[in-house]
Amino acid sequence: MSFIINGLLLGGTYALIAVGLTLQYGVARIMNLANGENLVFACFMAFWLYTAFAINPILGIIIIAPMAFVINWLIYSYAMRPLVNRSKNSGQLEVNSILATFGLLFILKGLMKFSFGGGYFTYNYLAEGISIFGHNYGLNRVVAFIAAAVIAGTLYLFLNYTRYGTAIRAVAVNPTSASLVAINVPRASAFAFALGGALTAASGALLSSFYTFHADMGMDFTMKALVIVIMAGVGDVRGAVLAALMLGLTETAIATFVDPGLTAAGTYGLFILVLLFRPQGIFGRSNS
Amino acid sequence: MSRLTKIFSHITTQEKRIALYCAIGFASIATLPLFDQGFYLSISVNIVMYVVLCTAWSLFSGPTHYISLATAAFYGIGTYVVAIGIKDIPYPVLLVMAAVVSGGIAGIVGLATLRLSGVYFVVFTLGLSELIRQIVTWVQTNFSGSSGLYVFTDIREMHVFWLLLGLAVIVYIIGWLINRSRLGFAMQIIGNDETVAKHLGINTAISKILLFMISGAIIGVVGAIMAPRFSYVTPPSAFNPIISFQVVIMALLGGTKRLWGPLLGVIPFTILFDQVGVYFPDQTSIVIGVAFMAIVYLLPNGVLGLIETIKQKFTSSIKKEDTT
Repeated sequence: MSFIINGLLLGGTYALIAVGLTLQYGVARIMNLANGENLVFACFMAFWLYTAFAINPILGIIIIAPMAFVINWLIYSYAMRPLVNRSKNSGQLEVNSILATFGLLFILKGLMKFSFGGGYFTYNYLAEGISIFGHNYGLNRVVAFIAAAVIAGTLYLFLNYTRYGTAIRAVAVNPTSASLVAINVPRASAFAFALGGALTAASGALLSSFYTFHADMGMDFTMKALVIVIMAGVGDVRGAVLAALMLGLTETAIATFVDPGLTAAGTYGLFILVLLFRPQGIFGRSNS
Repeated sequence: MSRLTKIFSHITTQEKRIALYCAIGFASIATLPLFDQGFYLSISVNIVMYVVLCTAWSLFSGPTHYISLATAAFYGIGTYVVAIGIKDIPYPVLLVMAAVVSGGIAGIVGLATLRLSGVYFVVFTLGLSELIRQIVTWVQTNFSGSSGLYVFTDIREMHVFWLLLGLAVIVYIIGWLINRSRLGFAMQIIGNDETVAKHLGINTAISKILLFMISGAIIGVVGAIMAPRFSYVTPPSAFNPIISFQVVIMALLGGTKRLWGPLLGVIPFTILFDQVGVYFPDQTSIVIGVAFMAIVYLLPNGVLGLIETIKQKFTSSIKKEDTT
C-alpha cells in the first residue's frame, strides 16, 4: 500500500508544474517547452539559499517564486509577444512558440550547465522519517506535498473568487470576447504566463528538498507536465491536479512492481491511451 | 502504374536538363572517397546523412507544418534492425526491413496522433524515441544480459557514403514524384487550409499518415545504413534525441518550401556544429538554442525564403526601371 501514498506525494509536486504549464498554454496560448527550466533554476536557487544562507526551501519560495515571476514576465513581453502579434492564426503561433521555446530551453539548459556543471545535486532538509499507516515516509516529501496543496488551493481560490482571477479565466475561454468586456488581454496573458512560471519554480523549490537534481532534467519534467495537461484538458486547473496525482501513482506503481527504468514508458503509455480514447482530456469537454 | 507512366511522359525539356545536371553533380560527388578517406569523407558522410534526414523530414513536415521530433526514433529503429539481424540476414534485405519496420511504426503513431492538433503530435513524437529507448534497454538488460550489440561488417566509411548518396537520389526522386501526384496536390491544399481540403473531399488524415510513413521509412533506412559505422550499438547512441532537434533546425534553416531547401541549411550547420564540437564541446546546447531563436525571429522562411525575397525585390526593381 505504501506505493499509493508515495505516488500521491510525488503527484503533489507534479500538480504544481502542470498547473503552471496549463496557465501558460491555456491562458497565454504559449506552449512553453522551456517551462521545466524554471523548475531546474528553482532547484539550484533553493540549494544555494539553503547551503549558503540556511534559508529552508519552503521559505525560499518567497524569494524564488517572485524572481521566476519577473523573469517569465520579461520573457513573455520581449520574446513571446512579437510572435503573438506576428502570427496570423493559432496554428502558426503554436509552431512559432514551440520553436522559440525550444531555443529558450537549450539556451537556459546550456547556461545552467555552464554555471553549475553537469553533476548531481542534493541536500539534507528534514531528512527524517514520519510514520503514516504503519509505513515510514520522508518528512521532506510530506512537507513538500502539504506546501504544494496550500499553493494549489490558494491559486484555485484566486482564480475562482477574485475579480482578476475571473478575468484570467475569461481570457482562457476566449481572448477576443474577453477584450470586448474591457479585459486587458495582453496584460492578463503576460500575468498568466509569469504566474505559471512562478508556480513551476515553487514546485522546483519543493522538489529539490527530496529529489536529486541535475541541469539536464528540465525536459523530463516539461514532458510529464505536458502529459498531465493534455490528460486533464488544456486550461483545466482542477483536472490538472487530479491528472498529476494519477501520473504520480502510475509512475510509482511501475517503479515498484515492474522496473524503475520503465517509468517514462509508463507515462507515454498513459498518454497514448488518453489520446486514443479521450483526446479532449479525461476531464475535458468535447470542443465540437 | 498508368499514373506513374503519365507523370514520366509529361517531363519537359527543362526538367530533363535539370535531371542531367543533378546526375552529373551526384556522380562527381560520388568520386570524393577516391581523393580523401579521412576528415573530408567523414564530414561528407554527416552532410549527406543530414541532407537525406532533413529532406525526408521536410517531405512530411514542410506541407503539414507538423513538427516531428520522431527522427531519432525511426533512425534508432533502423540501426537496431541491422544490429539484431546482421549475423543471419543479408545487409540489403535488412535495409528493406528497416524501411518496413520504421514505416509501420510511423503509421501506428500517425493513426494515434495525426487526427489531433499539432501540439499533441510534437509532444508525442518527442516522447516516442525515449519510450522506444527505454523498452529496448529494458529488454536488453532483462533478456539478453548485455547493454549493446556488435555490428561487424565489411562495410567501410566510403560504402556508407555511397549508400547514403544513393538514398539521397532516391529521396529526391520520391519527393519529385510526390509533388506531381494527387497526394502532393492534396498536401498543398491541406497545408494552406485544412478545412478547405476536407470540404474538397480529401481524406486529410490518410494523406498525412501516408506521407509520415514514407518519411519515417526513409529515416529508418538512414539509421540502417549508419549502423555499421557504430560497430557497437547501444540504446543511448542509437536513439539520440539531439538528432531530432538538429534535423528540425537544419531543415527550417534551409527552408521547406522547395525539395532542395533543406540542403541550404544542412551544409553550413553541419560544418558549424562540427567546429563547435571540436572547440567548445560543452556549449553545443547553447548553439542549438541560438539557432532555434535565429530561425524564429530572423529567418522564419529559412535561407530559401530570404533568397526568394531578395530575388523578388530585384526583379520588381528591374520592372520598375523598365516602366519609367
